[in-house]
Amino acid sequence: MPSLTTPGFRIVLPRGLSLGGQPVLGALDLAVPGGRTTALLGPSGSGKSTLLRLVAGLLPVPAGGSVQAEDGAALAGRVAYMAQQDLLAPWRDVLGNITLGAHLRGEAPDLARARAMLAEVGLVPADQGKSPAQLSGGMRQRVALARTLMEDRPLVLMDEPFSAVDAPTRHRMQSLSARLLAGRTVLLVTHDPLEALRLADQIFVLTGAPAVPVAVPVPTGAPPRPAGDPALLEAQAALLERLAEAVA
Amino acid sequence: MIRGFLAALGLVLLWQGLVWLTEVPPFLLPAPSRVALALADRWESIFHHALITASEILLGLALGSLLGVATALVLVAWREGRRWLLPLLLISQAIPVFAIAPLLTLWLGFGIASKVAMATLIIFFPVATAFYDGLRRTEPGMLDLAATMGAGRLSLLWRVRVPAALPSLASGLRVAAAVAPIGAVVGEWVGASAGLGYLMLHANGRSQTDVMFAALFVLMLMALALWFATDWLLRRAIPWQPDSLLTEKVTT
Repeated sequence: MPSLTTPGFRIVLPRGLSLGGQPVLGALDLAVPGGRTTALLGPSGSGKSTLLRLVAGLLPVPAGGSVQAEDGAALAGRVAYMAQQDLLAPWRDVLGNITLGAHLRGEAPDLARARAMLAEVGLVPADQGKSPAQLSGGMRQRVALARTLMEDRPLVLMDEPFSAVDAPTRHRMQSLSARLLAGRTVLLVTHDPLEALRLADQIFVLTGAPAVPVAVPVPTGAPPRPAGDPALLEAQAALLERLAEAVA
Repeated sequence: MIRGFLAALGLVLLWQGLVWLTEVPPFLLPAPSRVALALADRWESIFHHALITASEILLGLALGSLLGVATALVLVAWREGRRWLLPLLLISQAIPVFAIAPLLTLWLGFGIASKVAMATLIIFFPVATAFYDGLRRTEPGMLDLAATMGAGRLSLLWRVRVPAALPSLASGLRVAAAVAPIGAVVGEWVGASAGLGYLMLHANGRSQTDVMFAALFVLMLMALALWFATDWLLRRAIPWQPDSLLTEKVTT
C-alpha cells in the first residue's frame, strides 16, 4: 500500500533522455509504488543506472520531464543511495562511515543508533573501530548497508549493490537487505535476474535502444523469496532469455 | 635496510681500494679514510654550517608545502581563479630555479632568506601539483554518495575531497623532502657566507677536496634523515595510504 511516509514516485520522460547527444532512454512513464521494491533489470549500458541517477538528483531532469513523489513534496533529502562499490571512506573507521551522512551535513552523529545499525547488519561491537581496509568485501557491504539505513530515508536507490561480492555473501546480503528495507520505497537496479526475482514486488526490463522499461511477471509470495522455489527458477530462465534478446 | 647499508659499505671499500691501487693524488680523489679524518678534524665548522643549511631546508620545506597546499586548494575551490593560476603555475616551473638563483641573492641578500626562497620555489611545484591532482581525482561514486547525503560544497571539499587526496599530497611531500636540499645548496653556491654549500665552495678553492667530501657526506646524511623522517611522519598521519616505496608489497 502506498503511504505518505514512504511515498511512491513517478518518472516521466516524454522525449526520453540523451547523454552527450547519444539517446540513452526512450520516452517513458514509470510509476514506482510506495513501500515496495521495484527492480529495474537490464544488460550493461541499457541506461538503468542513468535512470537511478536521475531519481537521485545526480543528473538534471531533461526539459519536459519530471521525477515527482506521490505526495507532491520534493524528492531531494528523502533519498538514500547505495552503489555497486561500498564507497567506504578509508580515513574513517566503521562507526565513522556509518555516521558519514551526519558528518557531511555538519550534524552531531547519533552514535547509539549507529551501534544499533551495526548490530542490525550482523557486525559485532568490536568491528566499530576497525578501518575499512581491515574488513572483508562482505563486511564492507554490510557497513555500506548500515550507512544507508542510518540515513533513514523513505526512498532507497540501489545500484547493483551486491554485484561486487561472492555468490554466498550476495545471497545473505539480499535476505538481510530485504528484511531491513521492508516498508520503504526501493528502486533496485540490477543485471542479475535472480536478484530481481528474489527481492522485487515488481520488475521492469529495460528493452530496446533507446531503452524503455517493460513490466514482466513476478512470482507470488513476499520477498525475499527462497532461491530454490521452482516457480522462481522458471521465471529466472524466462528472464534470462528475455535479457539475451534485449542485448541482441 | 641492512642490504642498503651493506651496498653503501661495499661502495666505500671499492673507493678505498681504487685510491690505494691507482695512487690518485688526494686533491683529486681523497680516500674515504682521509675524508673521515677531515670530518673529525673540522667537525665543529662542518656542524656549524650544517645547522644553517638544515634550517634553510626545513624553513623552505615548511613554506613551500604551505604554499603548495594553499595553491591546490584555491585551484580546486575557485573555478574562475583556475584559468588565471594554472598558467602561472606552469610558467613558474618553465623558468629554471637555478637561473634565478643570482636574482634571489641580489634581492634577498647573502643571508638565509635567499636560500629559503630557493628551496620554497623548488618544493612548491611538486606539492601543489600532487595535491591538486589528488583533489581532482576523488572517486566519482563518493561524490555521488555525498551529494545524496546533502553535503554542502565546503563540506564536500573538507570532509571528502581533502581527506581522499591526502595520499597524493603525501607523495608530493616525499618528492619535496627529496629535492629540498638541492634548493638550499644551489642557493649557497651562488652567493652565501655560511652553509654546507658555501663550505664546499670555500674548500674547493683551497683544494681541500677531503673537506668537500666530508661536507657532501653530511649533506647526504641530512637529506636521507629528512626523507625518512618525512616518510615516517606521513605514514603515521595517513595510515590508509598505499605503502611507501621502500616497503615492497608483493601482490599475488
